[in-house]
This record gives sequence, C-alpha cells and structure tokens, in this order.
Amino acid sequence: MDTAKKITVALAGNPNSGKTTIFNMLTGTHQHVGNYPGVTVEKKEGCCKYKNYEITVADLPGTYSLTAYSVEELVARNFIIEEQPDVVVDIVDSSNIERNLYLATQLIELNVPLVLAFNMSDVARQRGLLFDIEQLSRLLEAPIVPTVGNKGKGKTELLDTIIETARPDAGQRTHRVSYGQEIEEELAAIEAVIAEQERKLADKYGRRWLAVKLLEQDGDIAAKVHSQQVLDTVETSSEHLRSIFGDEPEIVIAGRRYGFISGACQETIRSTVELRHSASDMIDALVTHRALGLPIFLILMYLVFFLTFKIGEYPMGWLEQFFGWLAGAVANLWPAGSDSSLKSLLVDGVIGGVGGVLVFLPNILLLFFAIALLEDSGYMARAAFIMDRIMHKIGLHGKSFIPMLIGFGCSVPAIMGTRILENRRNRFTTIMVIPLMSCGARFTIYMLIVPAFFPAKWRGPVLWLVYLIGIVLAIICIKVLRLTIFRGETTPFVMELPPYHRPTLKSVCIHMWQRGWMYLRKAGTIILGISIILWAAMSYPKPSQGSLSGLNPEQVRRMRLEHSVIGRLGRGIEPALRPLGFDWKIGTALIGATAAKEVFVSQLAIVYAVGSREAEPVASSDEAATGGQTLRQKLRANYTPLTGFCIMLFCLIATPCAATIAMTRQETNSWRWALFQFFGLTALAYLVTLIVYQLGSVIAG
Amino acid sequence: MVRSGETVKLARIEAGRGLKSRLASMGLVTDSEITVVNNSHPGPFVISVKDSKVMLGRGMAQKIMVM
Repeated sequence: MDTAKKITVALAGNPNSGKTTIFNMLTGTHQHVGNYPGVTVEKKEGCCKYKNYEITVADLPGTYSLTAYSVEELVARNFIIEEQPDVVVDIVDSSNIERNLYLATQLIELNVPLVLAFNMSDVARQRGLLFDIEQLSRLLEAPIVPTVGNKGKGKTELLDTIIETARPDAGQRTHRVSYGQEIEEELAAIEAVIAEQERKLADKYGRRWLAVKLLEQDGDIAAKVHSQQVLDTVETSSEHLRSIFGDEPEIVIAGRRYGFISGACQETIRSTVELRHSASDMIDALVTHRALGLPIFLILMYLVFFLTFKIGEYPMGWLEQFFGWLAGAVANLWPAGSDSSLKSLLVDGVIGGVGGVLVFLPNILLLFFAIALLEDSGYMARAAFIMDRIMHKIGLHGKSFIPMLIGFGCSVPAIMGTRILENRRNRFTTIMVIPLMSCGARFTIYMLIVPAFFPAKWRGPVLWLVYLIGIVLAIICIKVLRLTIFRGETTPFVMELPPYHRPTLKSVCIHMWQRGWMYLRKAGTIILGISIILWAAMSYPKPSQGSLSGLNPEQVRRMRLEHSVIGRLGRGIEPALRPLGFDWKIGTALIGATAAKEVFVSQLAIVYAVGSREAEPVASSDEAATGGQTLRQKLRANYTPLTGFCIMLFCLIATPCAATIAMTRQETNSWRWALFQFFGLTALAYLVTLIVYQLGSVIAG
Repeated sequence: MVRSGETVKLARIEAGRGLKSRLASMGLVTDSEITVVNNSHPGPFVISVKDSKVMLGRGMAQKIMVM
C-alpha cells in the first residue's frame, strides 16, 4: 500500500496580502485555531490532501519583516527556523509588489525552500501591471505562482509548485541581496569569526544570515551568541558602518534590500496605465472625510450594535427557551418535589450556569460576523483613523474604541474583540476597562432598582448618569493604567490602510466560526467549572430538615440560601459593606452576582422570600408593573434611594462576572491579569461607592 | 510640514531603533518617495509610500525628515 507523503507548508506574508484567503482556499474548513505557546498570537493550522500528499498548512502571523521587534515577527521567524517547514509560501500582494517583496528578501536570506504566490493578480492587472514572471522568478530564485485567493484561482498550480519545491534537492542560492562593498566587507569579517567560534549556530542558521542579523542588532539572535569575540567584532563593524553612513546599520541594510527589490522590479514589471485615482481612494475621500467621516463611522457602529443585539435577540430567545425546556426535561427525570442534589446540580448548576452563557452565542456570532465584514473589507483601519483623534487624548489608539463599544452589549465578546489591537499594552489596557462599559446583564439590575426608588421623571436621567459614570471611570482608569503599569512611550501609531476589498461570504463565515468556536469551548470548560463552584456555594451546607418544617416554599429557599456558604459570606462581609449602606442581604446578592450580573436580581428575590418569577424585572412593561411590585416595594421599605443608587454604582463597577474573568484569563494568557482586573475593579467600586454614600448621607443630613 | 497632495523624498527618521526598523519594513527608508494623502490637523497623517497607504500618528510624522 502506498501511504500518503507528508508535507508541511508555512504561509508567510504581509498583513492584508490575502494570506488568510489563500489559507482558506488551500485548507477549506479543515482548520483549527489556537495560540502559539506562551504568547497571545493566534496560530492557525489546516490540512489538505492533494494527489498523493498530505499537506499541513500553518498560517503564520502577518508581518512586514522578520525582525525581533514584534512578537508576531518573532513567532513567524521562529516557526520557520525551528519547525523547518518543507516549503514556505510567501503571499505577495501583487498590486503592491515592492513593499511585499521586502519580506521575501528576508526569506531568501534564510535560505528556505520558497514559493512566491503573487496574490490578487487580477487587481494588479486592472491597475495595468504586467509581470515578466519568468525573469523575476530567476532573479529571486523562487517559483512564482499567480493566484486570486478570493476566487480560488491558482490553487492547483500553487499545490503543484509546493510539491515540486518540497523535494529535498533544493540547493544553495547563487543570487543574494548585495549590501554594497562596505557592508559586505564587515559581513565577511563577522562570518569568519562566527565560523570559528559558533559552529553550532552557524550550522543551524547559516553564517551569512547570522552575520546580517547581528549587524542589524537583532536582540534575539545576539542573545544566542556565547562568544564575546563575535559580539565584539559585530560592535566594531557597526561602529565603523555608523561612521561611514551616519545611520544605524540596520537602516542602511533595509535600504539596500529595497534597492535590490526595485532593481529586480524595474527589469520585470511594466506599468501600462497610469492610474492616479483608484476606487479605494474615492471611498477613502468619503469615509475619512473631515466632517463626514465621524457620522459615517457612528452609523456603521450603530448598525453593528443593532445587528448584534437586536437581531440576536430572536435566536437568543430560542436558546433561552431551549435551555428552559432542557432544565424542565431534566428536572422531570426526578419525581415532583424531589430534593435530589444531582437534580439541583444539573438543573441549577450546569444548565443554569452554562446555559446562561451559551444564550449569548448568537450575539457573539453576529458580532464576529460584523467585525469580520469590517475587517475583510478594509474599513476597520479607517475606523481607527477616525477615532484616533479622540482616543489619542486618553492614551489609546482609535482601534480600541470598537471593543469598548461592544462592551455595552456584553463584556465577553468585547474582550475577545480586543484581538484587533496588535499592541499588547493597548490591548491589555482596553481589556481591563471593558467591564466598566455597562453591559446588558447589568441593565436588568437597573430595571429593578431605578423604578423602585426614583420617580418617573428622574428615571431616564438616573440611568443615563450610571452609564456616564462608567464611561468617565473608564477614561480615568485608562489614564492611570497608561501612567503606571502600562506605561511606555505612546506606542507609535503606524498602520497600513489597505485597499478596499469585497469580502467573500466564505471567509467571513470561517472567521466568525473560528472565534465562535473558541467561545463555545470556553463555556464548556472554565465557565462550567465556575458555575458548579458557585452552585455548590449557594446550595451547601443545607439546613436541617427539621428547621424547614412548616415554612412555605419561598421561606424554605430563603433559609437555604442563608445557610449556604454564600449566605454566610454575605453575613460575614456585612461589616465591610455597612459604610456603603449595604446590609447582608445585598451582600449575599452581590456575591451571587459574580456568577452572572443578572443573578443579583434573583438572589435578592430569594433573600426577601418573594417568588423569584414575580421579581424578575421582565422586559415587557405590563408584567413588570404587576409582578415586579412586591420586591420593589420591599426594597423601597428597607432602603433609601441613596442606597439604591449605590447598589447600581457598585454593580456597575465591581466584580466583573465569571465569564468576563474567564475570558480575560484566556485573552491575556494569565490568571494574574484576570485577578488584577477582578480585585482592582472591586476595590474601585468600594472606593467610589463609599465616597458617594458617605457624601450623600452628609448632604441628606 | 508637508501639505496634502505633496510628494517628497524621505531624508531621515529621528526615532528609536525599533520604530525605525518597523517603518523601514513598511517601505519608509531613505530616498523613498512619500505622498501625503491626508494631513488634516489634528488627526493622524495618511501617506502613500510604495503603492500602499500608511497612517502615521502625528507625533511620529514629525520625526520623519524629508527633503
């Protein structure tokens, strides 16, 4: 029997070169997404069968270069060096050839088996660019395959070329980028010392590549060199070159690479039409317009919001019904009135907990659909451009605005949405403050409290004030974070504005699904675990049977909650909550709210021993008017409006819910940040509520 | 300061090593031709270099010396 031969392929390329479309074209839906170990850089792998080969394709992060200055570039470079893929395919945007070939020169230098895919060759043709592919291929010493990723053109040619190139007889290259006499002399000197002193490294990376990298002051490579003699030689050479060129060696080297490229291009590319204003420029004139840009952006954001939360409402309702039905069906497996712990675990813990998070799946899928559309079309970069003016004032880039806006719906997809931010410091700052954007779940709390304490004409302004406080606090927190733990030069804002593309449904759907799937997996693991823990804390220890006799079901539920770990905790923290105007009942409900914010309402209903169904502030107004009354009346009887306001304030700021914590843990890749967010926000909530309550008490006399 | 629509040649970038290297990889090296597409104060700059549009923060744009 003939077994399939295995080939591994790495896809490299500039951001926006259509790398992902080529990846999708090659692998279809056979992909899986993960993270590179230790860093939060997305790792995508897929496979395809072609002829008698099993081809594994790894999609490297999109980079302009292979220096050690960014995580993405380091990850891409290490993958190529350490994993030694059989073929590296460099996806080149052929309508922007010079800039894209810069990465190719570095791959050539690494001496890897290289295939160049000239993607978007249709766009290049429209722009009147003609390539002498044969000649260019000879100059770069790599086969070139024209492709049109989003139309699936060039797939078989690319696969054939990959198989051809993967044969192990790939020899040494004869052409190479020449850096000019001065630099070449220094390179030769460094190479000689490397050959003598660092044989192992030289075998692994190649002498010339090492010498170039060392001269480029590449920190990652320099750290691998043990020989002081090598480092000294490099230092002398750099000093010498600096004195000749008056600039850093790596900048001169970069210039020479571009020189090599433009030399190669001049011989092989002809531009037949002089196109000054492409369609992209025209769209840009409109959407980045001084006056129109912002309104257009806001309308688009509103549409995203609308799509996510309005249209998402319907499937969300179906899912809620489904989980309700499932809970009922599972509960029916036990005789009515049964007190089985397993039943309670399954119904209240597992289905209630995980179901409560899974119902957001439609919103999340829709949101990612919208984001994928904006990203794939190229608009996202323009949105960042428009918002940058405002966001810059608070120390973030324009792009941070998008996840923060999503946060008003739900923090979980918002935190996942921060993936569009490349810069770690910006990204973490944004993640930390996202819970301050008041989410949909907290709205249910406001719907209980506001009508209970405030006269009709004040309700709107009070609600508005709560949201506003969240935004103001977020701005303050960003400022503080940027000045303390996320300090650092305001990261240079350089971003490409890629030409607009018509996104394909397939790639948008693949994007949406990949991210949605990560969310699903999260719900199945961390969130499930936290739900069970919280369930247990709410259910155990149980009061003795005797103490419950003669009580109605509401009173039984109340007794149980009071008796449980959470009930005791609520009482335990009462002294700490007193200065905020809260008693143990509110404390208990607040602890329960860490599972999910809306749990606050049902918990409060339980401690006040009212039927929880009646207490749920249902969205439809007539039900709320009749059913919600009892709990609201009790609240009004027990607390002042100031306490009511403080409850909302505390819920707004404090203790992001379990799903948020889990998501922060995943996206920052560390519990440290998740806990920092949890305790930081809780401390902030305590402080703010304390000030408001104490000041309010003084004023109220 | 270069106005919208003008084309200039890059002379030198006065910035740290990481930033310089990143700009170089995006095509901003000595002698490359830059066209300023959008310079609407106080927002970021949009320039066109080697057939691609790049957005630069204002602070950074000021570090790029042209001739």
